[in-house]
Amino acid sequence: MTTLTAKDKQTVKAFWAKVSGKSEDIGAAAVARMLVVYPQTKTYFSHWQDQSPNSPAARKHGKTVMMGVGDAVTKIDDLKEGLKELSQLHAFTLRVDPANFKILSHNILVVMAVMFPTDFTPDVHVSLDKFLAALSLALAEKYR
Amino acid sequence: MPENSVSADLQTESHKMVEWTDFERDTIQDIFSRIEYDVVGPAALARCLVVYPWTQRYFGGFGNLYNAAAIKGNPMVSKHGTTILHGLDRAVKNMDDIKNTYAELSVLHSEKLHVDPDNFKLLADCLTIVVAAQLGNEFTGEVQAAFQKFLAVVVSSLGRQYH
Repeated sequence: MTTLTAKDKQTVKAFWAKVSGKSEDIGAAAVARMLVVYPQTKTYFSHWQDQSPNSPAARKHGKTVMMGVGDAVTKIDDLKEGLKELSQLHAFTLRVDPANFKILSHNILVVMAVMFPTDFTPDVHVSLDKFLAALSLALAEKYR
Repeated sequence: MPENSVSADLQTESHKMVEWTDFERDTIQDIFSRIEYDVVGPAALARCLVVYPWTQRYFGGFGNLYNAAAIKGNPMVSKHGTTILHGLDRAVKNMDDIKNTYAELSVLHSEKLHVDPDNFKLLADCLTIVVAAQLGNEFTGEVQAAFQKFLAVVVSSLGRQYH
């Protein structure tokens, strides 16, 4: 389920080229949704003074996450190798339960549907879903 | 999606019904009064068959499901998508007893259709995506939470009669 076909990679790159200009907004919206729809995710942000979904900290975090996603697109041919350091960070420092990668991925997809309803076709959806799943797996690589 | 416990053994005194806030009730009624069933239903089912292709196993008699274009243009898929959405109507009109509302449909999906209940979640996710695309910015985080909670209750009720 995590092998990206040539078509998947092409689709992801083409879609990302279209949307990456809005990557900060996408990230902010996805994190905000996650905090509202899955309140258990707030447990990772107890160090934020303001845990509200549209706080500066949340927006900044959305930007950080989406920069990671954008970087992963450039490393789409070898996510495991390309995301090695990020995986170490998540495994040893952040220790985010990988179930949350699925949650954030879902919210990224919802934001894509909201912001790009015509471009986010079923074909784009399936390739992006696979990509985010592969990315999540690469992020969890160093966990144990 | 987070699990929603739709418990409630009617015999026990402390049965726990799903509790809906006014916002949640209003949101669900509002969404379903605004979406076009014969657009959203077909779009959601078609998306499910493309994004999770193993779900095609239940639609062997539907003819050409070869690619996204074929699925989208398939009249049997469209018709069934609309049927599914009208099926959701029952829950929309009976939010305080979705479990019993779907008891018969649950038996049907288990005994006759033999649908793995995990598939309900997949279709629910596709429905969320399609409704998000329809409503755009009005599909706020709060609206999404209410919609996903509603679908989680539906999904749980549909899986209840499996044994």
